Amino acid sequence: MVEQVSVFLENQAGRLARMTRVLGDAGYNLRALMVADTSAFGVVRMLCDRPRAAAEVLERNGFAASVTNVIAVEIPDVPGGLADVLETLDGAGINVEYAYCFIEPSGDAAVDIFRVEDPARAVGVLEAVGVTVVPAEKLYEPD
Amino acid sequence: MFQPEYEAMGRPALEELQSARLRSVVRRVYDNVPAYRRKYDEAGVDPESIASLDDLRRLPFTVKDDLRAAYPYDFFAVPLRDIVRVHSSSGTTGQITVVGYTKGDIDRWAELMARTLACADATPDDIVQVTYGYGLFTGGLGVHYGSERLGCLTIPMSGGNTKRQVQVMQDFKTTVLACTPSYSLLIAETAEEMGVDVRSLPLRVGVFGAEPWSENMRTQIEEVLSIRAIDIYGLSEVLGPGVASECEQQHGLHVFEDHFLLEIVDPDTLEPLPDGERGEVVFTTLTKEGIPVVRYRTRDISRVIPESCPCGRTMRRMERVTGRTDDMLIVRGVNVFPSQIEQVLTGIAGVAPHYQVVLTKRGAMDHVEVQVEVGPDLEFDEIRALQDLQRKVKADLQSALAVSIDVKLVEPKSIQRSEGKAKRVLDLRAEGGGQ
Repeated sequence: MVEQVSVFLENQAGRLARMTRVLGDAGYNLRALMVADTSAFGVVRMLCDRPRAAAEVLERNGFAASVTNVIAVEIPDVPGGLADVLETLDGAGINVEYAYCFIEPSGDAAVDIFRVEDPARAVGVLEAVGVTVVPAEKLYEPD
Repeated sequence: MFQPEYEAMGRPALEELQSARLRSVVRRVYDNVPAYRRKYDEAGVDPESIASLDDLRRLPFTVKDDLRAAYPYDFFAVPLRDIVRVHSSSGTTGQITVVGYTKGDIDRWAELMARTLACADATPDDIVQVTYGYGLFTGGLGVHYGSERLGCLTIPMSGGNTKRQVQVMQDFKTTVLACTPSYSLLIAETAEEMGVDVRSLPLRVGVFGAEPWSENMRTQIEEVLSIRAIDIYGLSEVLGPGVASECEQQHGLHVFEDHFLLEIVDPDTLEPLPDGERGEVVFTTLTKEGIPVVRYRTRDISRVIPESCPCGRTMRRMERVTGRTDDMLIVRGVNVFPSQIEQVLTGIAGVAPHYQVVLTKRGAMDHVEVQVEVGPDLEFDEIRALQDLQRKVKADLQSALAVSIDVKLVEPKSIQRSEGKAKRVLDLRAEGGGQ
């Protein structure tokens, strides 16, 4: 299972910079980051080294941070690769709450992060059809 | 009970004592305080004609402005050489006022605060950390003298330096904490940041006052600190802390009626209301020498709980003060008390009891924004959950207050914490603020 750090941020100048500085100063390397925002606030989702410890560091510095379980999937580098994966999940009745994409640090394959209700079941469904589910240790240094 | 001979005395005997003391105080203010003499002469009231409690309603009221006009010493009823201490009001609502105490006043005050602490179940075995400010504010020294009178080990911390408060609480094995309710939550937060498990400390009782707070906030404080939270009441113009206190029943505050006459009046007509009806709290001090007040309008809103209390005290109880006529906000013609907002917020999971109300003008209309911190236990990863929470807070507030408002979720600990009285309202309407 991949652990993602989620942080609640007010829409306020310099807040994101401050948050990343706190992590940087504490020695946590960021691997991927995505910001979802509304007019009033935003949620930052990121993969970083030792996510639980990183969330604690952020909390100690006055941020609302938590750890969320997500799944990471290697997307075949062919047209329709992502569609195949999503259709598989859809076929099993698994809703995707949100998703974001980045390039795996070790290679050049695309990795998609999915937030689903039941991550363990989603992993089973995907592996059964031969999709590569990426383990946490390939993405960041686990706690 | 610290003084059962008074606190549990029969009502007829109590009323007799009150009548005698009332005659004396009316005579004393008329003879010694020019402002009272003028007031009574203008109203055509002969102090000699005040014979019983029923005559009280014929006397004019005293208001805060009377004390302001008498700044600093003109409301004192004894020569300055008999005054041994002064305090002043906290200035929450404008210019400060000065109150003076004779040696006898200080002595009775200690007694009343000892009663208060005993109401909260404190005994000489307790270790009391006094975190109210020491100085002109009545809170610190008031609790201090009462704690010593009861025989408790007393730690004169005063306010501020929250980390040190936690350290002392842990090292000195504090069992009773006296401070404002909002400060107790800051202490709890600070303890958590310091890695101190405050719930496992010997602390067992909190004696909280000096600002209005809600029942839900009590539940929260009792939960996070693992203590029993007792509401105490007082104001410098009447005495300071020690005017009324909850007992272990935690249902209404016993007014120490052998020293203070309690009336509830309609704030508009100023007519006394029967027990049970809500209105403005009015006090007459029966034993104060330095600065007695007769029918002092406190601006606090409460009511008398008519039933007798199982604790055995015969002194009537007033309901916890839910607001003041002067921190009542008038928003688009609707009366709103900050305590109502607090009551709603503390009932919603996912938000913290820290909030601020910001009032601005949008064109000619009042605009209210309630800023509330997201709670530590909130599942905030999904935007939808946050939006649902925001909508829920907004809907609940609007249905409780009957006025339209906006809600802004803000980050934890971003609302300024207070070491004394919490500042909940930012009224920018007069400054033409807003968008």
